Amino acid sequence: MLTHIGIEPERLQFSWISSAESTKFIDVVTEVVEAVRKVGPNTRLVKNMVREP
Amino acid sequence: MHTYIDKIREIASRLLKEEAVEMVIGYQEGTLPMISPPMSVRSAEDVEKLTWSSHCCINLANYLTDIKGKVAVFAKGCDCRSIVNHIAEGKVKREDVVIIGVPCNGMMERRTISNIFGDEIEEVVEEADGTVIVRGKGREEKYQKSDLLRQCCRVCVHKNPVLYDELVADPVAIPEDIQRYKEVEKIEAREIDKRWKFFENLISTCIRCYACRDACPTCYCPTCFVDEAQPQWVGKGDDEPDVMTFHILRAFHTAGRCTDCGACVSACPMGINMRAFTKKLEKDCLDLWDWEAGLTSDMRPALETFTPSDPEDNFK
Repeated sequence: MLTHIGIEPERLQFSWISSAESTKFIDVVTEVVEAVRKVGPNTRLVKNMVREP
Repeated sequence: MHTYIDKIREIASRLLKEEAVEMVIGYQEGTLPMISPPMSVRSAEDVEKLTWSSHCCINLANYLTDIKGKVAVFAKGCDCRSIVNHIAEGKVKREDVVIIGVPCNGMMERRTISNIFGDEIEEVVEEADGTVIVRGKGREEKYQKSDLLRQCCRVCVHKNPVLYDELVADPVAIPEDIQRYKEVEKIEAREIDKRWKFFENLISTCIRCYACRDACPTCYCPTCFVDEAQPQWVGKGDDEPDVMTFHILRAFHTAGRCTDCGACVSACPMGINMRAFTKKLEKDCLDLWDWEAGLTSDMRPALETFTPSDPEDNFK
């Protein structure tokens, strides 16, 4: 449903990784980071936080 | 006067006189036209207050959650599925509730009637042949009920109660040419940015009154995530990300449980069609797991169970 309402599918990734699959973990994380970097900073569902000076 | 009314009063009166139930939950005539609020009747003298119309939009299953004592409830097809849901989730015991099934030809959308009529409406009368007479400001118009139905009723394929102790009338026919997911497919066909814009526009008038949540029979958490203060999951203002978060999460909580009864939309003071969220989840549950909520209390709801054959296309 998240992609249905317009959240980019690149930001929404699922994977099964066993605690013994360290190389798979590295591969998946690298892929996710690359995919998210490609779509750029997220603008949806982001609150404009007003920070105290 | 609706043909069901006499039968409804007769059944309610009988159940109360026989002391088969302590209370009957039904609908009453509203103080405003086109609204039939829920009411509970505890004595046989009061059954005359019960009514039926095409404005019985609220889902009465909502009043059964954790109820004490034996009650009878009038239930349309969708309400009935919500009750089955309640039974499956242990929120009501089958033996504690007498379900009086009401075969339903759809409820009318009061906003559509107001828009078509234009002026202030004083009275809406339904004829047995499906004609609706609307009166107000000294004039009178005739419409077809089929043109005034709620969106959810137009695409409904479960008009007849699935589980009941008695029926108010014979089951109604279900049209074969219903395109259940036309609305969802229309949104799916759009590009991703346009979809986001669509949903942004959809909720832009939301005032966070939570009427949709309160009207929903599947929303029965003791403390809703939006009311929680520690931790505060979501901001309480009308900031768009907060409003969107509320709607996304509300919809997710109904996944595999929503029966598309449309009570949320009918309760919304701003006329937001939040079914656009839940209808997609309903479609996904049907596509992925062949699951439709509230048809049986013997199976666990879609998101409560798993099998090794579940589709995992999204998993890497």
